[in-house]
Amino acid sequence: MLTIARLTIGEAARRRVLWVLVILAAIAVSLTAWGVSSLVSSARDNGVTELDLKFAVSQVLIFIAFMFGFVLVMTAAFFGSPAIATDLENGIAQAMLARPLSRGSYLLGRWLGLAVVIVGYAVVSGFLAIGVVGIVSGYLPPDPILPVAYLAGQALVLLALTVLLSTLLPPIAGGAIAVVAYGLAWMAGVLGKVGLVIGATTLVGVSDASRLLLPTDALWQGVVFGLEPSFVINAAEGQFVARASPFFAASGPPPVIVAWSVVWVVAVLALAVVQLRRREL
Amino acid sequence: MPGMPRVSLDMPAVEVTDLRKRYGHVEALAGLTMTVGRGEVFGFLGPNGAGKTTTVKLLLGLARPTSGSGRVLGAALGDLEARRQIGYLPELFRYQPWLKAREVLTLHGELMGMPAARRRPAADEALALVGLADRAGDLVGKFSKGMQQRLGLGAALLGEPALVVLDEPTSALDPVGRVDVRGIVRSAAGRGAAVFLNSHLLSEVEQVCDQVAIIDHGRVVASGELDTVLGQAATEVRLTGITESDLPAIERFGPPTFEGDLLVVRPMDDALVPDLVSQLVAMGARIQEVRSGRSSLEQRFLELVAGDRQPAAPPNGQGR
Repeated sequence: MLTIARLTIGEAARRRVLWVLVILAAIAVSLTAWGVSSLVSSARDNGVTELDLKFAVSQVLIFIAFMFGFVLVMTAAFFGSPAIATDLENGIAQAMLARPLSRGSYLLGRWLGLAVVIVGYAVVSGFLAIGVVGIVSGYLPPDPILPVAYLAGQALVLLALTVLLSTLLPPIAGGAIAVVAYGLAWMAGVLGKVGLVIGATTLVGVSDASRLLLPTDALWQGVVFGLEPSFVINAAEGQFVARASPFFAASGPPPVIVAWSVVWVVAVLALAVVQLRRREL
Repeated sequence: MPGMPRVSLDMPAVEVTDLRKRYGHVEALAGLTMTVGRGEVFGFLGPNGAGKTTTVKLLLGLARPTSGSGRVLGAALGDLEARRQIGYLPELFRYQPWLKAREVLTLHGELMGMPAARRRPAADEALALVGLADRAGDLVGKFSKGMQQRLGLGAALLGEPALVVLDEPTSALDPVGRVDVRGIVRSAAGRGAAVFLNSHLLSEVEQVCDQVAIIDHGRVVASGELDTVLGQAATEVRLTGITESDLPAIERFGPPTFEGDLLVVRPMDDALVPDLVSQLVAMGARIQEVRSGRSSLEQRFLELVAGDRQPAAPPNGQGR
């Protein structure tokens, strides 16, 4: 499994994927620094209070995290959907699987290698962005590790899904399904929050079910919660608009949901291994 | 393979009994039974869609049989331990285009469980064997199809496996490459490896194989040593001036029959042809043509499998 994981990371490096990610991260962090710096200087010139500025910066950071989370999820879909399907289509997998390499080791090695690349990208870009925002604005989230970990978790969940789909479907179909599923889960999460505020139990039920089916939105709540200053959470208590917003979280995901996400990834990968074992090559 | 209890050196390289494989309504293999001995070069022949590649995939565990049983190097089909001793060149050969040739082979060495210190020398030996020594540091993505097939052949021979499975090993090679492959196959057999050569290039098989099996519609229609499969040598004489009543006079050469204006003596020792001709002339025959020898593998193959595919097959199907 580790041989295949190393091979996968090597492939990302040789195919210049790592360089592209590094360049994209550098561009994104530079733009973030420039944007937040402009925001801070304009706000201070206009006499905005430090508390309001802190609020504004935290909201910008959450929005950046949302966009970055989407990029990570798309990266996971782009990497994961061809991971098995393309190797099977072009015959590369057959040559390797005729060796003493189990299909489980091959599939888990592919996932692990891609997971290392994606988590590495999430960690480097996430901490750089948070650090740069901290330097130019003075605002640091209460626990910077938490949002980065949840962002990476979201991507790993989607990577597991795309790898499973890759054992069943051609790459484009698998990637499209994964991205659409992610979007639907996010929308179900938004509707669930609205349902909770207005007391619509059906909406809440749909949202809860969607989190079981695909726990990415639950992890997104962890990202938001980790980036918010505590005074925002306190101030939003009882405020309809704030509590219904997808960019606000009064608390992180409950531990049971986090544990479910881990179980979900393991179960989906196990399913993928079973499917690949059943497949005639 | 010392220390590998599931892989036996005493048993045949391949032994399958009544192996069947069904894909939906299509029966790809309909009860295949065959044995490939150690150190043998075994030619596995058949028309397109006969079940050759399916057989290879079953032997390697890439597909599962619907029924039947088999052992490869003494272990169950698909056994991981046995695969350490199997080299395989797939029909659809494709290797990581972003790796260098040597890296592909060291990767395969690693997957085989070869010790780290041995991988590079083994890779270089295999590359030299297939004529790619000077391209070891080049990216596979820059290779021509023929070079990629040579690389695949190198991967199949890496680490001197006990069984080498080659699925159409010369499909992308030029004539020089084909000659090279014949030498490589012979040398692998010379060091004791069994070579399972899946091919439809009959001349290639004829030149290197000790044993052959011809498969059609998922069944073996002929198998055994090449001489046995090709059948007995015969002599054909196109002539006039001789009738059925004269035949007893030449029975000492072999059993004679008439097929139109063709006198056929089968079996018959080639060395007796001049004597037969002298005898016939002495009997008043006017001889127009004499042909002697055995069926080529191509002729034999056509006799066995082409009946329902090529109605225009040669009329004297037991030709030379």
